[in-house]
Amino acid sequence: MANEQSNSANPNVDLKYRRKKNAEEMKHQVISFTLMIFFTLIAFAAVGIEGFSHWFIKPVILLLAAVQVVFQLYYFMHMKHKGHGTIALFLFSGLAVGLITVLVFTTIVWL
Amino acid sequence: MQSDERFTDATWPASPEKATLEGKNKYLGFWLFLGGETVLFASLFATYLALKDKVPNGDAALAKDLFELPLTFVATMLLLTSSLTSVYAMYHMKNNHFKQMQAWLVITVALGFAFLGLEIYEFNHYVHEYHHTFTSSAFGSAFYTLVGFHGGHVAFGLMWIISLMVRNARRGLNLYNAPKFYVASLYWHFIDVVWVFIFTVVYLMGMVG
Repeated sequence: MANEQSNSANPNVDLKYRRKKNAEEMKHQVISFTLMIFFTLIAFAAVGIEGFSHWFIKPVILLLAAVQVVFQLYYFMHMKHKGHGTIALFLFSGLAVGLITVLVFTTIVWL
Repeated sequence: MQSDERFTDATWPASPEKATLEGKNKYLGFWLFLGGETVLFASLFATYLALKDKVPNGDAALAKDLFELPLTFVATMLLLTSSLTSVYAMYHMKNNHFKQMQAWLVITVALGFAFLGLEIYEFNHYVHEYHHTFTSSAFGSAFYTLVGFHGGHVAFGLMWIISLMVRNARRGLNLYNAPKFYVASLYWHFIDVVWVFIFTVVYLMGMVG
């Protein structure tokens, strides 16, 4: 896990650097938030505006949802940082089981 | 390193949530739990998709009769924004700014309550206007189970964050509570991840037909 402790002889220099890094990361977070809002607006507009066929709308809004979730996981939940290998293994295993369940329930169950 | 040691801005570690062994373990353990939650919600989604619009007769309301774009849109904006405000809270946590962190958490909680209020209004509306209840159809059961489970997670997350804020109000930040705040914010983001799929799969795709 990213767990850098201060090695600097002067902690104030280190502090300045870390504050700058944190501020920079916060800027990336705000950018990803803006993009997420933008994708949400497109998804709602695709449904709200008449005239698109549902064969077009459904894959597009699902794709937009997937992109948003990637932003959430990798930026807001910091999965892009080092040391998230085990976490990714468990999360994606969960996701794989989940997607298979969804696939089964939407295709081969009889009701 | 003592977990209740007082820190200055300069001695506060770069990743306080993972600076102790307990913090590291909590962090990993919580992510494993989120892997399990993913499976839980996926099976609820699968059930919903299989039972969508399965109603006993022609009078019962279907997804496209029930859902309305403006309400879903407002709820989505509230929850997405609360995700960003909790990122701000964690930004201040990493800078050892306890007061600012608390302030952003208060905003997060307020947005969460607004979302929950809208959801209660929505369910109430469905029950009284459309007689769409938990027991009225398989569609109703699947819908309220999935969306209600998410709402339950929101309610739990709110209680969690409020308890942390109250319990640590006078303690300030240290390595004992930094992982607690951090893990609660991860949970809050996860709730938002689930909502992204709910508004897409349940509401938007429900309206498309």
